[in-house]
Amino acid sequence: MEIIQLYTLLLIGVLSIGGFAYNRNVARASVRALRQSGPAETRWHSHPNYHGYLTGWSVALVGFGLFIIFNLVFPNQVALQTVSILLGTSLAGLLVFKKIAPAFPARIYTERFIKTTLLALSGLAILTTFGIVFSLIFESLRFFADVPLFDFLTGLKWSPQTAVRSDQIGSSGAFGAVPVLLGTFIIMAIAIGVAGPVGLMIAIYLSEYASRRMRAIVKPIIEILAGIPTVVFGFFALLTVGPAIRNLTDALGIAVPTQSALSAGVVMGVMIIPLISSLSDDVINAVPRSLRDGAYALGATKSETMKQVIFPSALPGIMAAFLLAISRAIGETMIVVMAAGRAANLTGNPFESVTTVTVQIVALLTGGPEFDSTKTLAAFALGLVLFAITLILNIIALRTVRKYREVSLA
Amino acid sequence: MNVSQHMSDKARKHLKSRYAKERRFRFYGLSAVLFAIASLGWLLLSLFATGLTAFQEHYVTLEAEMTVSAFAPPDQRSVETLRIADYKSIVENAIEAKFPDVRTAGEKDLLFALISESGATDHLRKRVVRNPDIIGSKIVMTVPTSDQVDQLLKGHIDRNVPEARRQISDQQILWLDDLRARGAIKKKFNSILFFNPDSRDPELAGIASAAVGSVMIVIIAFILALPIGVGAAIYLDEFAPRNRLRDWVEININNLAAVPSIIFGLLGLAVFINIFGFQRSIPLVGGMVLALRAFPTIVIATRAALRSVSPAMVDGALSLGASHVQAVFQQKVPQAMPGILTGSIVSMALVLGETAPLLMIGMVAFVTEIPTTVTDPATALPVQIFLWSESPERAWSERTAAAILILLAILMTMNALAIWLRSRLGKRR
Repeated sequence: MEIIQLYTLLLIGVLSIGGFAYNRNVARASVRALRQSGPAETRWHSHPNYHGYLTGWSVALVGFGLFIIFNLVFPNQVALQTVSILLGTSLAGLLVFKKIAPAFPARIYTERFIKTTLLALSGLAILTTFGIVFSLIFESLRFFADVPLFDFLTGLKWSPQTAVRSDQIGSSGAFGAVPVLLGTFIIMAIAIGVAGPVGLMIAIYLSEYASRRMRAIVKPIIEILAGIPTVVFGFFALLTVGPAIRNLTDALGIAVPTQSALSAGVVMGVMIIPLISSLSDDVINAVPRSLRDGAYALGATKSETMKQVIFPSALPGIMAAFLLAISRAIGETMIVVMAAGRAANLTGNPFESVTTVTVQIVALLTGGPEFDSTKTLAAFALGLVLFAITLILNIIALRTVRKYREVSLA
Repeated sequence: MNVSQHMSDKARKHLKSRYAKERRFRFYGLSAVLFAIASLGWLLLSLFATGLTAFQEHYVTLEAEMTVSAFAPPDQRSVETLRIADYKSIVENAIEAKFPDVRTAGEKDLLFALISESGATDHLRKRVVRNPDIIGSKIVMTVPTSDQVDQLLKGHIDRNVPEARRQISDQQILWLDDLRARGAIKKKFNSILFFNPDSRDPELAGIASAAVGSVMIVIIAFILALPIGVGAAIYLDEFAPRNRLRDWVEININNLAAVPSIIFGLLGLAVFINIFGFQRSIPLVGGMVLALRAFPTIVIATRAALRSVSPAMVDGALSLGASHVQAVFQQKVPQAMPGILTGSIVSMALVLGETAPLLMIGMVAFVTEIPTTVTDPATALPVQIFLWSESPERAWSERTAAAILILLAILMTMNALAIWLRSRLGKRR
């Protein structure tokens, strides 16, 4: 991508706006001319603006079309590209110019253009998903040609350190994903152990007990947690929470490294609190008022109403909130990269340093070796596992949450 | 006497325990709220405590004799020869001039280590290239102290620990106190942190290159994601036929918003870099990857905004003879604009804080030059934070926390802007 291409894009934009302005003015002038000299009642199908819009859209479409064709099929033919864009766009402008007449339904064509463009834009959403799925599957298949799928999913040893030179002996690393998946699970479990109860109780407290004023103050404060970049949480875990946990456990006589599953998990839990609390809040508020009133009328206290009436009927939504939180915890990267360590220990001990799927993807890809090595491809296989797990969790959760609100995970 | 069953001892006891349970439950709720607020407070407090001191740095003022012999002869002076002149000896002479009784080479090295070597030589080089006439004269220069000295003067290195366990010797501390007593050391606002690119020396490292990279990435992501997101949302809400395909696209977009961001990095690596052949580490690819990351959230925000517009507006336009497209674009979209803008700003804040996908496309390079175009190697603010956080020295963690504070300040500003826009544009309806 050269800087000249940016100028080309700019040129297409200018041509499009120029075409719009020129043909609109032509149409305006002919409206005026007909009004003065022509038959008394000439009705134009479309407002002059639409003749302009139609020109602008067609010029832009032809221009971008040629631009894309040239970049994909004949790269580096800048002169030819510029000439053909100039020719093509002026041809498009001229075609619309010739058509300017009272009977020409410019608006209909313009609207068709607009709708098609919007359709293409929403098609990009599907294209992105396809892009993800195919790139992950394609690279993973190449990985599984080297390392059998079964060995990958059941192997107990993860040490992807392959040799630098291909002629070295013992150049194949071990690619057993179990320790990595186990580490991911431990950290996720700690995070949900923190965020689940806390987030749920916050939602309950704010919707049932807090005064309107307290709610107005506390809710935005908790939302701040959701807006903090994960790299900041990672630094917090590394610099503050890790050493704090180490000091605490030193006093208790347990040796814990600064980088442990516990510090990463706890900090991740804090990060996920707002996700659970805001989703649960919506779910709890969606429970019909009559259920609540009925329980109060029978003499139940607020906590009894909550535990025995509202919670059961909100349970599917709360489960969905938890599933989304789990999906977020599994896919979270920066906190674990900075605070959980990289050693693939096959352990269930939260005080040890463990590794996760995302940590390994980063470790495998930031070394920067040639692209085709098994090491790099392994990152895509891990990515595929990650995508598959989160996809399943998301779809189950989104189906449920959709009943309560139009879900926004931003 | 007939005591009501509700007044019996058993009932009273039962009621009491129920109320106790109620109070306990309420207490748990309050504790959860306090836990969240306390965590946020602890986070911010630790950042301020670590990072606030990085906004000031210690500078030492020296008088430098610009000896002619350090430079090329006058007839050979050009920018190139001026750049490679012997600035190190000038700086050494300048600091030794302050302490004439220092004789041995070892002591001279220790003395020289008090100031930032690259900081001082770069300073002189810049001044000489700008104005070669100062050669041969005596100039006053104010240069950063070395990071160890800076940390000591800020009180982060304990003078009372045994000499062997600190990186700064007793002799150096004596010299420093002497310099300070003579008024040669001053604490100033650390402009280096804001205006310098990255560096190997903490006292010379700044966020400028990363900030410029971040600005480029956010602008590219905004230009790409806004039209895609808003267009897709309008199509799905207004023009798409209600069928299974539409439902499928909808689930798809909602799922994309929840896909781990690192997956988008893998997509960018496989598609943009390996298939389309873009370079690694450039803001253009970063912007494109994060545009894909951001557009689902823009779609969701836009659809919520569109749905909040009263249908009466559209019905009114339709009944006055507007076409469907006209009603949508002339009535509905302008009404939804505050919501759309708020959603896009919030999603750009998301883009600004995103790190993991950028690691995947190689934006972790050590960048010592401020990028000028979108195809120059660059890094981004959160990635810079990540890179700095890997160095355990106090001088680095201080700067990491300071960079985080700057990033958080920008994010706060963006969110405040979003809230302000929403209230301001909302009023004009």
